[in-house]
Amino acid sequence: MENLINIFVKSIFIDNMVFAYFFGMCSYLAVSKSVKTAMGLGIAVVFVLGITVPVDYLLENYILKEGALVWLGEGFADVDLSFLSFIMFIAVIASMVQLVEMVVEKFAPVLYTQLGIFLPLIAVNCAILGGSLFMQQKAFHNIGEATVYGLGSGIGWLLAIVGIAAIREKVQYSDIPAPLRGLGITFIITGLMGLAFMGFMGIKL
Amino acid sequence: MKAIRNIFEKTKPYVQKGAKYHWLHSVHDGFFTLFFVQKDTSKSGTHIKDYLDLKRTMAVVVFALVPALLMGIYNTGYQHYKAIGELATTGFFDICLFGLIKVVPFIIVSYVVGLGIEFVFAQYRGHEIQEGFLVSGFLIPLIMPVNTPLWMVAVATAFAVVFAKEVFGGTGMNIWNPALVARAFLFFAYPSHMSGDSVWISLKDTDKVVDGFTGATPMALAAAGTPDYSVMDAFIGLIPGSIGETSALAILIGAIILIVTGIGSWKIMVSTVAGGLFMGFLLQTFAVNEFMAIPAWHHLVLGGFAFGAIFMATDPVSAAQTSKGKYIYGFLVGVLAILIRVVNPAYPEGMMLAILLMNTFAPLIDYYVVEGNIKKRLKRATANA
Repeated sequence: MENLINIFVKSIFIDNMVFAYFFGMCSYLAVSKSVKTAMGLGIAVVFVLGITVPVDYLLENYILKEGALVWLGEGFADVDLSFLSFIMFIAVIASMVQLVEMVVEKFAPVLYTQLGIFLPLIAVNCAILGGSLFMQQKAFHNIGEATVYGLGSGIGWLLAIVGIAAIREKVQYSDIPAPLRGLGITFIITGLMGLAFMGFMGIKL
Repeated sequence: MKAIRNIFEKTKPYVQKGAKYHWLHSVHDGFFTLFFVQKDTSKSGTHIKDYLDLKRTMAVVVFALVPALLMGIYNTGYQHYKAIGELATTGFFDICLFGLIKVVPFIIVSYVVGLGIEFVFAQYRGHEIQEGFLVSGFLIPLIMPVNTPLWMVAVATAFAVVFAKEVFGGTGMNIWNPALVARAFLFFAYPSHMSGDSVWISLKDTDKVVDGFTGATPMALAAAGTPDYSVMDAFIGLIPGSIGETSALAILIGAIILIVTGIGSWKIMVSTVAGGLFMGFLLQTFAVNEFMAIPAWHHLVLGGFAFGAIFMATDPVSAAQTSKGKYIYGFLVGVLAILIRVVNPAYPEGMMLAILLMNTFAPLIDYYVVEGNIKKRLKRATANA
């Protein structure tokens, strides 16, 4: 239990997808103009990460890893399919995103139009694939840890995007120098947010 | 006064619209309002009922900071003579003089660099000169370790003024407290000059220190698992630390000035202290190491907590703006400050990062407080209809 809480807190604050690894920047920069849409996309990302990471964990441990296929019989003990992990992970992610898209279109059509192209683009959001690859690298002990890690990374990303969305809504009324308006100031804001998040670096849990 | 007024009267024609030096008019106006109150009042529409403009507001904060500065000056000298073992033989004035020589250059550098950039930006963008930097420029020297090289103060000030303030449109628009950004910038760019045991006390290489001298701050000692300080010294401010942050007493005087004049938000101060105490008690209950075991209220007088809670967290621009948001904001600042301070071995001081982090999320807190309000009122309105 304690271990799960550690992974959860760590993936939200210390290994924050945006501020520690600068993952998922494209949608983070593009869809952060209003808190409402940012929240919608954030929840979609939490959902997709929360499902794909454990599913990919199962794939990794029962199909892809060296010796993972041993449950089929002794002859498969030295089969190593890990070169397939990228394509397998992407396939899982793409199908999950398709599911999310259909759900959002059905139940929140306004959000669906607001998110536009960025909803299907979650499929190629590096934060999502990054989550699965980090899962592979971190070698979690069981599926519970992988799920908590996926949810935590998603929530960390959600926190980052709603945080910057609120700031951008506020900054709208500021007298920003003309060349910096739009993306320029957003990059500066992201950098300063990263500075603020550095307070968590180095915490050992 | 007459003579000063004459200067402004004489120079006025040159900076009027269409005149040769019109581009300098904001410098002219800026200095004019520093000496004189504008006598123009509104004739119709909104009426200005008070003289409390930005300049007076800033002046009150600077005034509230003076006790901390004086105590910082004295403490700089005190720590120096204590370290070389000549405290008993040195008079009060020598101690103060040493402190003055050390501290005043910080203030000059911070003001010259910061105001210089502000003036350039104002001229270039055709703004009025704004007074926001009066406080930031005063805060920056107070949160630096006394051994910081002056060029670092200049670089940090320049970074903070340009990237934390001017790019957002100047005074009143910034998201992060510029003084804290300056401190954080130095902290991450030049860590060896910002933390450790040798930066807090001004010593030359040739100075002989007394036996058993370490130069570590009480916080660093506590974090290392050997808490060794007297609470009374920490309260009065005779401990190593950044220039202005050591004396809880002087900061308390400042707090009273801010609260009585209504400039600083007591809501933020109270909730920050509450958050710090809450987290302190929580950690004390679990007390895994020596640092966690110290009584919760000791955290209030150690390190930069008091200074941050009174002067940094209450910055009216970067803090939460809504009334309910202020309580949430302050409480989280307190909680995070103690949490980072105790749990994170890399940073013995958590206040700076806690406030920066909450500055980041203050607009979000405000957003949801306002949304909640809208929902509540909408419900009430539709229920009555």
